Amino acid sequence: MSGERETAPGRAKDQAAEGVEDTRRGFLKGLTAAVVTLAPGVTLMAYPEGAAAARAPSDAVTSKVRWGLLIDVSKCPDGCTDCVTACNEENGLGPVTRPRTDAQWIRKVTVRDPSTGLKRSFPVMCQHCASPPCVDVCPTGASFKRADGIVLVDKHICIGCRYCMMACPYLARSFVHEPLQDQKPYAPRGKGTVESCTMCVHRVDDGRIPACVESCASSGKAMVFGDLNDPDSEISKIVRTYATSQIRADLGLDPGVRYQNL
Amino acid sequence: MTKTVYRRLRRPQTFFYLLVVLHVVVIGLGLSSAYHMEHNGHVVTGMNNHIVWGMPHVFAVFLIVAASGALNVASISSVFAKLDYKPFARLSGMLAVALLVGGLAVLVLDLGRPDRLIVAMTTYNFKSIFAWNIYLYIGFVAIIAAYLFTMMDRTAVRYNKPIAYLAFVWRLILTTGTGSIFGFLIAREAYDTALLAPLFIAGSFAYGLAFTVLVLITMCRSMNEKLMSDEVTGKFRNLLILFVLVVVYFTVVKHLTNLYATEHHGVEWFLLAGGGIYPAVFWFVQIGIGTVLPLILLTAKWDIEGEARFRLSVASILVLIGGVAQMYVIIIGGQAYPLDIFPGMEVSSSFGDGAVGWYVPSMPEILLGVMGVSIAMLMSGLAFMALRFLPQTDTTPDKTA
Repeated sequence: MSGERETAPGRAKDQAAEGVEDTRRGFLKGLTAAVVTLAPGVTLMAYPEGAAAARAPSDAVTSKVRWGLLIDVSKCPDGCTDCVTACNEENGLGPVTRPRTDAQWIRKVTVRDPSTGLKRSFPVMCQHCASPPCVDVCPTGASFKRADGIVLVDKHICIGCRYCMMACPYLARSFVHEPLQDQKPYAPRGKGTVESCTMCVHRVDDGRIPACVESCASSGKAMVFGDLNDPDSEISKIVRTYATSQIRADLGLDPGVRYQNL
Repeated sequence: MTKTVYRRLRRPQTFFYLLVVLHVVVIGLGLSSAYHMEHNGHVVTGMNNHIVWGMPHVFAVFLIVAASGALNVASISSVFAKLDYKPFARLSGMLAVALLVGGLAVLVLDLGRPDRLIVAMTTYNFKSIFAWNIYLYIGFVAIIAAYLFTMMDRTAVRYNKPIAYLAFVWRLILTTGTGSIFGFLIAREAYDTALLAPLFIAGSFAYGLAFTVLVLITMCRSMNEKLMSDEVTGKFRNLLILFVLVVVYFTVVKHLTNLYATEHHGVEWFLLAGGGIYPAVFWFVQIGIGTVLPLILLTAKWDIEGEARFRLSVASILVLIGGVAQMYVIIIGGQAYPLDIFPGMEVSSSFGDGAVGWYVPSMPEILLGVMGVSIAMLMSGLAFMALRFLPQTDTTPDKTA
């Protein structure tokens, strides 16, 4: 069983939460259409406002696209946490009051070279690997990779075994340790399940950029989001022109998040 | 050799009923703990985003490993044709199933969503060793059930040998699978060794035998009879010495091979010397209490009648304590050592990057873990009352128990 799934981007508002298989989803889609035909004006499924603005729901996610992030460490100001704040607000995570158990989808990491004293501070989140170990070890297939490279957790079939957290080399996943309130409809979460950065899949499918990248654009301008498979995209041009690196590249996981000047 | 007659446990001593009450109470507390954790979330445990598997996993993995080892006695009698062990083969098989059920119960109740057990049973990712283990566990129970049937039913006895071989191979695969849960974690340095699977197999031999011996001795006392001859006691003693030494061998090799590689010096230092509670548990509990003390008890001169069994039972308890300590060091210690996300660098963050994982087990999770042992023991005791699992080879009243 492959961990990669093709999905309809228009529906990806609640992608991370949709537990139905593609076949079931297709069936329900057809059923919905049929019922709407029989009874015009009756809405069976409610979508968040503007859900289908960017792309038609019928357009499947394709592997022609590989979404990626580039973070220029030299432009990331020490002490700036705009990306973290934006992520928390966008996804309804709230402020971190219990660092050991609160979820952190993105965090600022400070790295110091003990031999030279050189210090850098930059964000680390799910690296959206091409070969994600979390997907390999997940017993139910709840951890999965979309065709466009975004790694997600299907909250409906996550049993909360935390094996993916053991397997992730980047400490990128969090377990929801207590009941939650005031969730965002496009980023559903659940007590007892595992979660991580979704690369703001609901925004990406709307044709927008992730919240962290948007917030960074008004501060350090250290983050670039785009299609790594598109030779004309800004991110592709940069990685083609300048030396960039992947965290723990030695593991051969091919992360979709790249770092410059690390 | 005298023909073995099997019987149910009838009219046991008060001691047995006291044990039943104790296990029922522990199971009640364990279930209450599971409800408490499920209702409030894992925030009420000591587990966190660094130590994601805590005491429940320590007990669950320990019991699952011990389960396959508990089958040893049956395997030795059927596969290796050592007839001295045959009277205990049924008990051994039943105990193996009970230990596995106890371990799995803990594992399931520690899930973030235990209510989704049906999802785990119906939705598989076959690339995951966890998914394979579900089949290995179910298969183990089914094969042992068939194995017990061939031992207990005259018409099925001709199938005993092939099923005994299948059960023996299956138990080896099962323990390999359990060890591989850790072996497949590429980024955790403590688990970066192929030796975890054979180490778990060696551990299963020792812990399974220790459980078997203790249950047998408990049954002796419950029935006020001597179920084991002195000769059999001596054989169990020798086997336990051998199995404990095999665990020592694999433990030494695992650490020595890691120490040879410079990249693992950090984690080895952490687990063996500088890691606070983890080296303390390793040296004092796993090695001191769980290895050296039992070996001294088992190898010292045995002369007084009854003392041999007493020493064997104490040694078995110590071996089990050592086994839990071994799992604690492997499972919790392995997670507590910081992930090396930026090799060679000093790292810090609000998420605890670069820091040793913090973990203090809470009472609910300890009770949940111990509940697994009680489930296994209660299930065995009730099975012994319901079916003919216990041998009657020597009717000499047991004055030493």
